[in-house]
Amino acid sequence: MTNTPTGFGRMTRKEDARFVRGRGTYVDDVRLPGTLHAAVLRSPLAHARITAIDTRAAEAHPKVRVVITGAVLADRGLAWMPTLSGDVQAVLATDKVRFQGQEVAFVIADDPYSARDALALVDVDYDPLPPVVDARTALDPDAPVIRDDREGRRDNHIFDWEAGDAAATDRVFAGAAVVVAQDVLYPRVHPAPLETCAVIADHDVVTGKLTVWATTQAPHAHRTLLATITGIPEHRIRVVSPDVGGGFGNKVPIYPAYVCAVAGSMLTGRPVKWTEDRSENLMATTFARDYHMHGEIASTVDGKILALRVRVLADHGAFNGTAQPSKYPAGFFHIVTGSYDLEAAHCSVTGVYTNKAPGGVAYACSFRVAEASFLVERLVDLLALELDVDPAELRMRNLLRPEQFPYTCSTGWEYDSGDYPRALALLLETAGYRELRAEQARRRELGEHLGIGLSFFTEAVGAGPRKHMDIVGLGMADGAELRVHPTGKAVLRISVQSQGQGHETTFAQIVAHELGIGPDDVDVVHGDTDATPFGLGTYGSRSTPVSGAAASMAARKVRERARIVASAMLEVSPDDLEWSPGRWSVRGDPTAGKSITEIAAAAHSDLDLPDGVEGQLDASCVYNPPNLTFPFGAYLCVVEVDPGTGQVVVRRFVAVDDCGVRINPSIVEGQVHGGLADGIGVALMELIAFDPDGNHLGGSFMDYLLPTAVDCPSWELAETVTPSPHHPLGAKGIGECATVGSPAAVVNAVMDALRPFGVRHADMPLTPAAVWRAIQGRPLRGDLAID
Amino acid sequence: MQVPASFQYRKATSVAHALSLLAEYGPEARVVAGGHSLLPMMKLRLAHPEALVDINDLAELAEIRVEGGALVIGALVRHAELLSSAVAGRHFPILHDAERVIADPIVRNRGTVGGSLCQADPSEDLSAVFAALRAELVVRGLDGERVVAARDFFVGPYETVLADGELLVAIRVPIRPSVSAYVKVDRRAGDWAVGAAAAVLELAGGVVAEVGIGLTALGARKFVAAEAEDHLRAGPPSGERFAEAARIAAAHCAPTADQRGPVDYKRHLAGELVARALRGAVGRAA
Ligand SMILES: Cc1cc2nc3c(=O)[nH]c(=O)nc-3n(C[C@H](O)[C@H](O)[C@H](O)COP(=O)(O)OP(=O)(O)OC[C@H]3O[C@@H](n4cnc5c(N)ncnc54)[C@H](O)[C@@H]3O)c2cc1C
Repeated sequence: MTNTPTGFGRMTRKEDARFVRGRGTYVDDVRLPGTLHAAVLRSPLAHARITAIDTRAAEAHPKVRVVITGAVLADRGLAWMPTLSGDVQAVLATDKVRFQGQEVAFVIADDPYSARDALALVDVDYDPLPPVVDARTALDPDAPVIRDDREGRRDNHIFDWEAGDAAATDRVFAGAAVVVAQDVLYPRVHPAPLETCAVIADHDVVTGKLTVWATTQAPHAHRTLLATITGIPEHRIRVVSPDVGGGFGNKVPIYPAYVCAVAGSMLTGRPVKWTEDRSENLMATTFARDYHMHGEIASTVDGKILALRVRVLADHGAFNGTAQPSKYPAGFFHIVTGSYDLEAAHCSVTGVYTNKAPGGVAYACSFRVAEASFLVERLVDLLALELDVDPAELRMRNLLRPEQFPYTCSTGWEYDSGDYPRALALLLETAGYRELRAEQARRRELGEHLGIGLSFFTEAVGAGPRKHMDIVGLGMADGAELRVHPTGKAVLRISVQSQGQGHETTFAQIVAHELGIGPDDVDVVHGDTDATPFGLGTYGSRSTPVSGAAASMAARKVRERARIVASAMLEVSPDDLEWSPGRWSVRGDPTAGKSITEIAAAAHSDLDLPDGVEGQLDASCVYNPPNLTFPFGAYLCVVEVDPGTGQVVVRRFVAVDDCGVRINPSIVEGQVHGGLADGIGVALMELIAFDPDGNHLGGSFMDYLLPTAVDCPSWELAETVTPSPHHPLGAKGIGECATVGSPAAVVNAVMDALRPFGVRHADMPLTPAAVWRAIQGRPLRGDLAID
Repeated sequence: MQVPASFQYRKATSVAHALSLLAEYGPEARVVAGGHSLLPMMKLRLAHPEALVDINDLAELAEIRVEGGALVIGALVRHAELLSSAVAGRHFPILHDAERVIADPIVRNRGTVGGSLCQADPSEDLSAVFAALRAELVVRGLDGERVVAARDFFVGPYETVLADGELLVAIRVPIRPSVSAYVKVDRRAGDWAVGAAAAVLELAGGVVAEVGIGLTALGARKFVAAEAEDHLRAGPPSGERFAEAARIAAAHCAPTADQRGPVDYKRHLAGELVARALRGAVGRAA
């Protein structure tokens, strides 16, 4: 690949040169003079009253500077902080610990080793309480009350939320010839970014300025939150997020240790650094999913899907800390209608507290589209089984048709555009579906168990609009500022933050496309709140849909300013100029023109500028999306199952994605590759389970399994392009599509392979033990300890 | 950050030096070989040795050779070296079967055969393999050398007969004509075994003259299915007898439930994998 495109197209990622040379700068690489180092003491118990904390021995350690406890924070009003969902969360526990791994004390020492050593010197007395481990018992009348810190709380109920028309849905169900129902658990999984969380807080006692280096997906939101929490005026806070080694939603919230680091820096007058270890990351930071779902699908005898009815019990852990637009406590789960034309649908979600880590809605799920998509695609397959119809055929019959767009689904979303049958047809052709089915039949005769699984998904990405979508009151719009230097080189400052997605390349290509210059002539600045415009950050696949649109609109403003300058240079009316990439020229006389580089120089020169341009070409834009964008895709997975051992091998994975216009196809494909691997991980191996005492059973990469290249087939990708009608570039976002769409394809494939054994459903992860047990008719309960 | 507690570190320059360092630091000293088991335990603060004696420079422990009718594998031989050793693979294909599925290339490049055995983790693949092969372990202390049968080496989980200050120096596998195979089930490439089985058969005149059956992570005493071996010995290597041996192996092991699987599954696996390993081994008899 070369770096030749002037706009869209394949090029090597501009950031890769530093990453492959080991020259990235992550928070842990940042060394400020005089830095102190911190370690967090965590609760060994899931639920216990704290009766005493004795820090004297730790404070006596020669290298320990300060030991911060909940009491120290309480004196400063910092013991509790707001979550992203209107709840509060303990920064350091004062009254009780509510999950294993909860933060209890923060030890600051001269070096990380001493800080870690001194944890053993803090003496905490716990009075154990019975924990709530199984979400299904959280609302029992005799369940221990976890959140007795909240006035008047007598149960573990957080919220009830619903979407769709319950009565209309019930009516359709009552009259339906075929109804299929299934309990489906989407278990608790973890984003597990390879770079764990980390922070350096540096409070300057002279200027009062707080600089926070943090590995975050949302630097601006962090700045505002830190101002709210600490009381430091927001203009004196700078958040810097340098290179980020993966996020997947894990790095959206503010974690207790970040607040402790700020308090620690204020107490010591020195920078305080904290880098989380792997176990802490897996045990205490924001998880994903944990949805106990009951789904029903209604259809006619000949397979016209009529309606969907869904009930969900959502395990939110000990504090309601999900990161999602505040009007949507279950995220965008109500896109559970999927890609089908239904008469009616209804879903209701009940959120409960349990003695588990807080968080949720992380891990590349587009605010719970992952759960929704998984459920509906399992139900469609179960319906196919019930009706004895080919699952591809059943989907084809029920997919939305192109002429139905824009389509408003029964739960209220307006899907912007799509040609679903074309994507499914392309998938079946690319995969050789008919031959695969024939091979499956042949191999079944030989006693071999090939499974073919399909899924079709509709994603909803690119939140806002800000009218409907905000996080802690911050409307979900994003900004971009474009400066064009006198030599025609440009710098784009964006509010979103790459965690590996390749923003420095994609966004440079957007500007290059709009201005007709090379992407290497555009540098992208991100991750520093003092150097970038405000915006909500990167998650929910929103960078290109929102900030990408802002970048494109800013560049178009630059182009219009350039036109005015060019008109002065060429002494013609702006209306007489026409644009070709990189150049304004006189209509009908392409030789009389000026390049963007020449125009930029002129804009900074002594040229007499007409009205509308004061000097320079710089422009900025805040983009408030009119709607979400709705990427979609059709996936097919082929597995082989060994019923004697329960082992599953993924033989093939074919993915057709439609994310609208592709700015850099290589980056899009990279995002798809990662998401598909994620899907295989979630479907087959990833899990956080808890034992009856609330002990976390996935606290290392030996227990929490991530898929490797060996577990993945060579991906087979194809695409259709249906541009978004309302996005300036027609782009729709791709980051989470594959993670959303792929688990159902893998699980459907395994279930298809197990059909001869009469298996209808088994919950993820489909480990060898889970598959074997499903064959025996004694399925494993995935979220609890295996006994 | 995961960091160990502080400890002393000494680099041994010879086996004799290592033994004297171990004596000098006493029972709280530990040998470090590849460090792939010990260092994670130290970082998780599950192990707190006061001193580490590094044996990585002891070239005398890093050889694979045939000597005195046995394949001799130095304790410091890395997994990757055993995997690529043609002589080891020729005599005992089971060694390559097992090494291919131990961890990942990064761990195999550094982790050692001796460290694997001394760790005595119930999930360590080589324990069952060498038990099935009836290997002899050569142990050296300040008082000299002793030889321990692999089957007598393991006392319990994470416990061996090595006394404080003793070093495992080599593994000797007597070379007799045999067929062998190792079959493992894991949840992911590079994962520890959910269960695995090792089978070594010495066939003579249409009967099983001697047989070794090892089980990994399935709660078999000393990593072997002795009752199943007894069943097969002196009879023909037939499918029915293999099936019965598999059933016996499953009945006699005592797996425990964990996130890798429940007891019934692991017991089933013991039978299934013993049968497959036996068939796989016999399938290699050309
Ligand atoms: C990610 C990962 C995955 C793994 N997967 C597997 C797997 O699938 N199957 C498997 O079998 N193993 C697996 N292992 C373990 C791997 O094989 C280790 O390398 C091995 O268990 C220990 O070897 P080592 O040389 O690293 O030993 P070390 O960690 O150096 O030592 C282990 C123990 O043995 C002692 N010791 C070492 N050498 C001697 C000696 N010569 N004499 C006396 N005592 C000694 C040490 O004091 C220590 O107590 C895995 C390890 C990792 C990190």
